[in-house]
Amino acid sequence: MARKLMKGCEAIGEAAIKANCKLFFGYPITPQNEIPEYMSRRLPQVGGTFVQAESEVAASNMLYGAAGAGERVFTSSSSPGISLMQEAVSYMAGSELPVVIVNIMRAGPGLGGILPSQADYFQSTKGGGHGDYRLLVLAPSSVQEAVDLMQDAFDLADHYRNPVMVIADGLIGQMMEPVEFKEDRQPCRSLPSKDWATTGWKGEGRPRAIVNSLFLDPNLLERHNEKLTAKYAEMARNEVRVAEYFTDEDYDLLVVAYGSVARVCLSAIRQLRAEGKRVALVRPISLFPFPTEVIERAANKAGRVLVVELSTGQMLEDVRMAVGKDFPVAFHGRTGGNLVTPDEAREKILAQLAAREASR
Amino acid sequence: MQHEMIFAGFGGQGVLLIGKMIAYAGLNSGKEVSWLPSYGPEMRGGTANCTVVVADEPVGSPVVASPWAVVAMNLPSLDKFEPTVAPGGVLVINTSLINRPAVRTDVRVVNVAANEICNELGNPKGANMVTVGCFVGATEVVPVQQMEDLIRETFAAKPKLIDVNVECFRRGLEVGRAQKAV
Repeated sequence: MARKLMKGCEAIGEAAIKANCKLFFGYPITPQNEIPEYMSRRLPQVGGTFVQAESEVAASNMLYGAAGAGERVFTSSSSPGISLMQEAVSYMAGSELPVVIVNIMRAGPGLGGILPSQADYFQSTKGGGHGDYRLLVLAPSSVQEAVDLMQDAFDLADHYRNPVMVIADGLIGQMMEPVEFKEDRQPCRSLPSKDWATTGWKGEGRPRAIVNSLFLDPNLLERHNEKLTAKYAEMARNEVRVAEYFTDEDYDLLVVAYGSVARVCLSAIRQLRAEGKRVALVRPISLFPFPTEVIERAANKAGRVLVVELSTGQMLEDVRMAVGKDFPVAFHGRTGGNLVTPDEAREKILAQLAAREASR
Repeated sequence: MQHEMIFAGFGGQGVLLIGKMIAYAGLNSGKEVSWLPSYGPEMRGGTANCTVVVADEPVGSPVVASPWAVVAMNLPSLDKFEPTVAPGGVLVINTSLINRPAVRTDVRVVNVAANEICNELGNPKGANMVTVGCFVGATEVVPVQQMEDLIRETFAAKPKLIDVNVECFRRGLEVGRAQKAV
């Protein structure tokens, strides 16, 4: 299929349809409104259903119901709306429901602003709702990658019976880039049958399907938590996704960045390398599980790390955990909806290279 | 080869559309492209701009601090983006709505009276087509035929707008070609 120019939000919507998702429940919020707009137009064409709910709370509970009935379903929102969904997210994790949630992050806290941000890293990866649970969290850095991850997200959700969150920002959501939908795409993981779903008992002698997260017996609940924990450990073993740039070569500084910021950093790094500066980049694609081992190895080769984020330093904590407390880790972050420009990234990288030189 | 461009003007002047057309024309001629709109709590009459990158390699940063070209459709856009043009770059000025000359002397300035021309052609909303025609004429950044095909596609639902917009584009093209670098 020929490459086509698409806006990130619309491409995300089309990817869901290509993944055979026929249901969308959501509530409008900038800067992701093009997703529900697109789904409201496209879903009726493919025999699906689009519902604009009365609130994010309602939409997220509709997700719970549809996923419990065994259907592929997704919602999208932006930071304040995602906060409103956290109760249902915890319930869906507790009830082991496969759903896909897209967060086109905007600057916070509170209502904040509508411009790009990465300040929902903690909320996405450390449990935005209550209880011990983990989401699989994927962060694209281009429109094509958003399409690919979105299709994988449905397979991963079904495979693990777990909510998967795709997080990006307004830059990816609003930008147009060429995309290609592969015609012969195969599921990225095995898709077990959904015999747990509430598809109708019909007196057929199978146990009643009950989708529930309430366990009043402490021993039963502990056993449930152990089961979930084992599942998260399996995800951590098998689902790390990371892109490395120039880590096969010699370098004096490792930059760690994800999503839109990573490609801004990559532009600066390519330019600096052309000038003979030795810099490499690791771009986490899965934020949970976090590519801890890759970062530890790549950081040790450089001896110094610079983390760049559109936040005051959230992924920074996971990088610090990966490299240990005595390792020199510098940070550059922008907030409020301001972006990091290539020149700004260049300046910060040069400062770290100079600091490394001085410390020798 | 990589060309970064910013198209800027009032909301409603169609600067996002001409940026999109350049991006499509780049894609259709085998290039890698990105199109990034400014988005904010903005409305008709406010300012609008988009950043377009057309490159041989996959586009790194879609955010550009010093573009190769700036196309300014109104004065606030010129004030804001003139200082950012990379030295040796291109600055297109819609002189119909901008009553001051360029300050920069280290860039190539291309002038076009876009609103006068489109009014003269009986298509008062066609200033963006005149301007993008002028830009393509002066720079040959994308093939002319690709642009004309895109105009036909863009206005396919309103066929009577096709010819007047192609005409605006062609008049702009002539103005641009007359100011082409030698």
